[in-house]
Amino acid sequence: MADTVNTKTAASPGGLRGLLRSMIGGLGLLRESTIGMIGFGLVFVWALVALFAPLISPLSPTAQIQPFAPPGTVTETGQTLWLGADQLGRDVLSRIIYGSRTVLFYAPIATFCAYFVGCIFGLLAGYLGGWVDDLLNRVADIILAFPVLVLYVVIIVLIGPSGLNIILAVTFASAPGIMRIVRGLTLDLRNRDYIAAAQTSGASLSWILFVELLPNARGPLIVDACLRMGYVIITIGVLGFLGLGLPPPTPDWGSMVAQSRAMITFAPWMAIFPAIAISSLVLGFNLLADGIREISLRD
Amino acid sequence: MSQASTPTFDWTPDQPVLECEGLCISYFTRAGEIPAVLDFDLKVMQGQSVGLVGESGCGKSTVAMAVMRYLGRNGGIVGGTVRYKGRDMASLSAEELRQLRGGEIAMIYQEPMASLNPSMTLGRQLMEVPLNHESGISEKEAHERAAQMLADVKLPDPERVMRAYPHQISGGQQQRVVIAMALLSQPSLLLLDEPTTALDVTVEAGIVELIGEIAARFNTSMIYISHNLGLILETCDRINVMYSGVVVEEGSVEEVFDRMRHPYTRGLFNCIPLPGADKNARPLIPIVGQLPLPHERPQGCYFGPRCEFFEGGRCDAGPIPMETIPDQTGHRTRCLRWQEIDWDAKARGSDAGEEIDEGEVVLRVDSLRKYYEVRDSSIAALISGKRLRHVKANERITFDAREGQTVAIVGESGCGKSTFAKVLMGLETATEGSIAFREADLADKPIEKRSAAEIASMQMVFQNPFDTLNPSHTIGGQLARVIKKFGVEKDPAKVRQRVLELLDLVKLPREFARRRPRQLSGGQKQRVGIARAFAGNPKMVVADEPVSALDVSVAAAVTSLLTDIQRSYRTTLLFISHDLSLVRYLADRVVVMYLGHIVEQGTTDEVFSPPYHPYTEALLSAVPIADTSIEKKRIILEGALPSVLNPPKGCPFNTRCHRKIGRICETEVPPMVETEPGHVIACHIPEEELRAMDPVIAEKRPAAAE
Repeated sequence: MADTVNTKTAASPGGLRGLLRSMIGGLGLLRESTIGMIGFGLVFVWALVALFAPLISPLSPTAQIQPFAPPGTVTETGQTLWLGADQLGRDVLSRIIYGSRTVLFYAPIATFCAYFVGCIFGLLAGYLGGWVDDLLNRVADIILAFPVLVLYVVIIVLIGPSGLNIILAVTFASAPGIMRIVRGLTLDLRNRDYIAAAQTSGASLSWILFVELLPNARGPLIVDACLRMGYVIITIGVLGFLGLGLPPPTPDWGSMVAQSRAMITFAPWMAIFPAIAISSLVLGFNLLADGIREISLRD
Repeated sequence: MSQASTPTFDWTPDQPVLECEGLCISYFTRAGEIPAVLDFDLKVMQGQSVGLVGESGCGKSTVAMAVMRYLGRNGGIVGGTVRYKGRDMASLSAEELRQLRGGEIAMIYQEPMASLNPSMTLGRQLMEVPLNHESGISEKEAHERAAQMLADVKLPDPERVMRAYPHQISGGQQQRVVIAMALLSQPSLLLLDEPTTALDVTVEAGIVELIGEIAARFNTSMIYISHNLGLILETCDRINVMYSGVVVEEGSVEEVFDRMRHPYTRGLFNCIPLPGADKNARPLIPIVGQLPLPHERPQGCYFGPRCEFFEGGRCDAGPIPMETIPDQTGHRTRCLRWQEIDWDAKARGSDAGEEIDEGEVVLRVDSLRKYYEVRDSSIAALISGKRLRHVKANERITFDAREGQTVAIVGESGCGKSTFAKVLMGLETATEGSIAFREADLADKPIEKRSAAEIASMQMVFQNPFDTLNPSHTIGGQLARVIKKFGVEKDPAKVRQRVLELLDLVKLPREFARRRPRQLSGGQKQRVGIARAFAGNPKMVVADEPVSALDVSVAAAVTSLLTDIQRSYRTTLLFISHDLSLVRYLADRVVVMYLGHIVEQGTTDEVFSPPYHPYTEALLSAVPIADTSIEKKRIILEGALPSVLNPPKGCPFNTRCHRKIGRICETEVPPMVETEPGHVIACHIPEEELRAMDPVIAEKRPAAAE
């Protein structure tokens, strides 16, 4: 076994590098799913747009140029308003481009927070069972029984419009659902022999929950996270529409649609283009989720 | 049967019912075409039973599926023919095939529950068979036929079963219903794919007997797929041994069992613990290496790389044809060297080992009880006020184990052996009684309260190889974690060194430390499981059916590994199993459990020979033994295992006992009779009568095989 001695040094590969490699490997697999690739493409394009917004945006998102200019209008200074302008004369295209930053910043953070809370309670409920499970489930029932819109309004009344309320509202509304999923996965996983092996080697509760259980639930959770990201984008839109999102003049797709409501008959571009932006990104995440599921179902 | 779609056959009973010639089956995957079965020949005559034996992945089930013409979307027959009653099945139309399946050819699968529709009554499901396959049959007639068939498969109270849903009857009864369903259409050919693997051994014995009777009574031909050579001996006339997609040997059961002419067949027999095998004097001989993957089959003989008679340049030159052995009834082998091999010579590596001398008592369990509380919230319970009921999982468990000893706990599922293991490991606490383990009392000490040393000194090997390792972490990581947890080593370099040593200990290559469980085979995973258990130099290892999910050749290797390590560490092994052959081979002491009670315990020789407890006697008779020179007494237990929620009064075994002596069995808990020092039987039958019992397993008297 002389030739295997050098493997000693590499017994445990670097965590981050390993993760990166598995992600690239996953992308390679995703290539076999056309739907997944379309979804990935949509999300990737929006991510690039958000990242390079200052470079690709033709105008400032807050500059007031020509109110109600229809798409394609050329201004006096020679700039083209490709998607028209809103009631304050701001370029819709630039506002959509900058608006993607809001969405792609808050949607992942909010989803992550929801997952953080949902996973902890789901793992606890599923693994411990008994009264912990009962209690957490009843709490989840109560939250789920609460109309989300009322919930949002309560939150806004309490803390006012800010980025934080997007995260809070999404976490509050999604965590119970995530908890249910994680709980279900945990119920299945906790009877596996490797969990018994961890128990009989005296592992602590947090070790069993986060090291033994959670990584094995990741498959369905990744798919769900992609789908949920889509819902969160819609939620952010809804919050913006209700005026509960970020305070103006921050460009926000939801509030862009909301503001155009009264003018929709004579300036439809103000509503249509932000709506298309929302749909395409949501569609991207949904298709990506479908693709991942399709791949994971194969062999 | 005069429907237009029903296939017609020009067939007389002296022709084979099913004939496969040069059958080749492939699966088409992303990686390309994968040949699953190659050059498969088979001939089944009317009323004949043919066994297909081989380890998992050798193509047995694929053959059955190909006969049914049901290979799924990615499988296909790429060569050869299947002729059913003289007609090439490829020439049948889809409608004719549909009539054939379930009508002429019926199949019985491993999991009875999966074959039955849970939302339909069994009667309705049974009646559908004649209603679908025969025209002009009335509901009433179908009902009568179904009820009659249920009586034929010896189900008590057929009318009640007809009204029941699948979950309301036991697993053994479900399998009987499935068999009844298969027989209802009076098939000419019955395909049985491991029909008893999911059942307990005493239930299995009943089903096997039933299958034998059916063959005789209905003159049905059968293809019996199994990995269990003992079952094949009990059910079949002819046997085909498969290896990696090809038949390596075929012939009558007696010829193949007594005068095998292929090294693989011989290897298989050396892997199974037959009576007479002994871990010290005559250890099992595992087949080296592992089954090649279908796309990595070697040139020439597929068994070549694992064969002790391999001859380079000849065995790996080209495809090996089947050769007929003269003067026998169609005994054929796929071996070039069968005439050169000395088949009577002692196989390689069967050296006798030394006996371990047993040390002092390590574990002493004294009248241990484990009850679970169940809250009954039914209306009946509310009225009677008996809301709290007890599941009596363990009842007065008393035994001890010495250093270096192997103690086997035997019993069918639901006898409380796993609950006992949980209490021992500290995952549950005992309701009453004590567990003295090296001076400490562990009965009330849950795992959280045990010290690292206490935890490390008692470890467990688990049953399911696919579950025993966490799929998300590397092998090395999981081993290192346990080493650190047990406080064996703290320094990272030393931990790493210890991981590699553990891999050496279980004879796995060191680079496995970096692999993940999915890259390992079942046997390899089980080895890692053993390495993990031995990471903290345990004094005692509890092995819960460690090899029952493995193939015979792999099981033999894992078993001998376990005993080797045990021997060198002088560890006490508590071996939980339902496999009596393996227990006889491996254990020094045997504890037989039934419904949470110990019904008999003693040394292995004492338990396996009279006097027996009646339950032990029934268990022994139920175990199929792959040896033609052995004769067994047939004892079939009636009825199902009683519920632990409502166990019978008196002797727990009285509801199924074939030697019940009267009222006393139902009213009084039997006394512990000590027939020899250390050999205890809990039974009301007088000791002299127990002593006078005949042995269950005996050599055939009039000049057997040798």
